[in-house]
Amino acid sequence: MLWNMFLTFFKIGAFTFGGGYAMIPIIQEEIVEKKKWIDDNEFMDAIALAQASPGPVAVNTSVYCGYKLKGFKGAIACTMGTVLPSFITILIIAIFFFQFRANAIIDQIFMGIRPAVVALIASAVYKMWKKAQYGYDKFAIALGTLLIIVFMDISPIWLVIAGGLGSVIINKLRVKK
Amino acid sequence: MGILLELFITFFKIGAFSFGGGYAMLPLIEEEVIQVHNWISSTEFIDILAISEMTPGPIAINSATFLGYKVAGVFGSAVATLGVVMPSFIVMSLIFHFVYKFKESPYVDWIFKGIRPVVLGLIASAAVTVAKSTFIDIKSVIIAIVLFFFVTFKKLNPILAIVLAGGLGVLLY
Repeated sequence: MLWNMFLTFFKIGAFTFGGGYAMIPIIQEEIVEKKKWIDDNEFMDAIALAQASPGPVAVNTSVYCGYKLKGFKGAIACTMGTVLPSFITILIIAIFFFQFRANAIIDQIFMGIRPAVVALIASAVYKMWKKAQYGYDKFAIALGTLLIIVFMDISPIWLVIAGGLGSVIINKLRVKK
Repeated sequence: MGILLELFITFFKIGAFSFGGGYAMLPLIEEEVIQVHNWISSTEFIDILAISEMTPGPIAINSATFLGYKVAGVFGSAVATLGVVMPSFIVMSLIFHFVYKFKESPYVDWIFKGIRPVVLGLIASAAVTVAKSTFIDIKSVIIAIVLFFFVTFKKLNPILAIVLAGGLGVLLY
């Protein structure tokens, strides 16, 4: 199981281009849809916590998933898996730095990959959205978050905190009645 | 030994004090490695960014590995990478245990229920942000639409989609 987890996160680490959120569709496919190690809600919780903690979101998410699946050892296995592909690649490039810089083919490959990242993230959102079956209130929150992040210079952490706090206040009031 | 410790502490600090991941970490990395330690020039820093864009993995890890190597060879890169990952590991461990301890509490349940739609919005905004810098011509928009269709409705694996997209890039550009 540990080896399997390591390999899965190694795959995730190896195909995450463009940082942070680009790995969400891949994690979703591999761990939520295919292996069913965690469900959609747990996955969103992991992302929320990863976002609110210091450090790279990809690493934070793998630590959380690792713990969830197999405790401390699981966390180590998943983190190693996520970090190693980038460590190995960069080390190779750092050693052979100059050969890498001018390469037309690599440029072309990335011209194709970058728009694919947009498609993958959008597709992950669509799938999570379909499964969550939110009402108008939650749709408004998601859309509001999207607009605030796109048009205003506000750190996502504040929105995560506001979402959690707002929900506690509303539910508290509801319980009192 | 001194330089290795310095690398570790610097990247531990970067890991511990940068929130939001990805590009949100850049200002702190820049300040530490260029202004405070003078390990690289700003041109070299831009090179590292370009390389990070084209290689897999989180940008913080990529810069830690690269700088560690530049300052102190293979050991340096291992130490810097470990340093940048460590705070994540420690903080997420604490959070995980905390969440599990209070799993039954209605507050934890409420907090997460409130956060989930926000997270969905955040992920959607990531797609918009990447699209803004990526949709440079009609070809890139078409690549995105076609892949969105196949991944969403035809169950195309995302990893396969990335490989395919790389091939499309070579064909179209």
